[in-house]
Amino acid sequence: MTTSKKELAVAALRNGTVIDHIPSRMLFKAVRILGIEGLTTQLTIGNNLDSKKLGAKGIIKVADVFFPEAVLNRIALIAPTAVINIIRDFEVVEKLPVVLPETIVGLVKCDNPKCITNNEPMKTRFHVVDRNEGIIRCHYCGHSVNTLNATIL
Amino acid sequence: MNANSLVSIADLSKEEILHILEQARYFEENPNHKILDGKVVATLFFEPSTRTRLSFETAANRLGARVIGFSDASTTSSSKGETLKDTIIMVSNYVDLIIMRHYLEGAALYATEVTETPIINAGDGSNQHPSQTMLDLYSIYKTQGHLDNLTITMVGDLKYGRTVHSLLMAMRFFNPTFNFVACNELRMPDEYMEFCDRHGIKYNVSTDFSPEIINTSDIIYMTRVQRERFTDIMEYERVKDLYSLNNAMLSDSRDNLKILHPLPRVNEIAYDVDDNPKAYYFQQAQNGLYARQALICNALGIDILKTQKD
Repeated sequence: MTTSKKELAVAALRNGTVIDHIPSRMLFKAVRILGIEGLTTQLTIGNNLDSKKLGAKGIIKVADVFFPEAVLNRIALIAPTAVINIIRDFEVVEKLPVVLPETIVGLVKCDNPKCITNNEPMKTRFHVVDRNEGIIRCHYCGHSVNTLNATIL
Repeated sequence: MNANSLVSIADLSKEEILHILEQARYFEENPNHKILDGKVVATLFFEPSTRTRLSFETAANRLGARVIGFSDASTTSSSKGETLKDTIIMVSNYVDLIIMRHYLEGAALYATEVTETPIINAGDGSNQHPSQTMLDLYSIYKTQGHLDNLTITMVGDLKYGRTVHSLLMAMRFFNPTFNFVACNELRMPDEYMEFCDRHGIKYNVSTDFSPEIINTSDIIYMTRVQRERFTDIMEYERVKDLYSLNNAMLSDSRDNLKILHPLPRVNEIAYDVDDNPKAYYFQQAQNGLYARQALICNALGIDILKTQKD
């Protein structure tokens, strides 16, 4: 493995999770999806960092927290380019791409004001209809939305 | 969730559709078959729809079921803020089947998730209305003798008309050819043309309701062009009469042609068509009774044809 300065910066965590390669404009949406506002462990959020792939990227480093895979995969909704690094004892022990789940529950608001999910105390549910284009469809009313424009609950 | 619930016509296989049509045929011959003696059916109409409610309630009554329900949600606890979930669970305690209409899209599907009682969707917003589609299919089946290889012309509001969308999807099993006749503002949405492409369904798109199209159709499905659908009122004034049908236009049409319309009509079918034997829209509405009798039995897991053989 090449050890550039950036990767060293990532590895500076002793234990925890680093979410890298988040498009800059999606960083704060990613923060919300992870629900890390209330964490008391060390948390570093960087944005508008140079990226060869994305131009500008965001990064989230969380010490001593290992998220369930299902939570991490929710990031795929808004940042399909994101990469998860699992750090143990200063080493990247796992490097995983995020994978958009087939069904997305309780995360995205349906844009259709006449959809039942906007009028009942219930969880929304979307199915992926086009993985490449990022199109998801409401399980209940059938309304489709591009994940990049989706309203995160 | 009860597996016999019917939320969308897309839930039904070809075999199920044909089986329901055969049952509808049976009920047309035997409309008063008291097979549901002792059963209670609820008609929950959170949005008024007199035509659909009367048709379903007549169907249930002719099958011998008792009917409870409401025709307007303003008289119920939902006006006090009760959730749909609570209303459905409460009513489930009383009845064997719930037939519901709701102004919100996806309401019927959600209702199926909160109860084991079977649900029939009698329309959820502009989303699904499978009993309308079933009566359209039955009308086509009855007048043509089959559903296969027919040329079906859909005219008028193809953008917002959920009846044409559902009929299009239900016909995918039967190798139809469609003509979509509408002005640009109300043309068939791309997703339905893509649906046709995916299922190898042939279709022509036209803004002209031409003699050539009329004379090669087996079914002409007329729909109402509503003024409120237009962002540009001048456009409405320009097109409102382009997609109406009068008797003279049918002079060279096929002998087996039938004119369908989900009703109510306004001016898209002239009154002089009513006396033409090819006009079928009033019988079509009547067929709704038989189709709904068949759907009610299906939702209760009753196979009327099988019980007759036994």
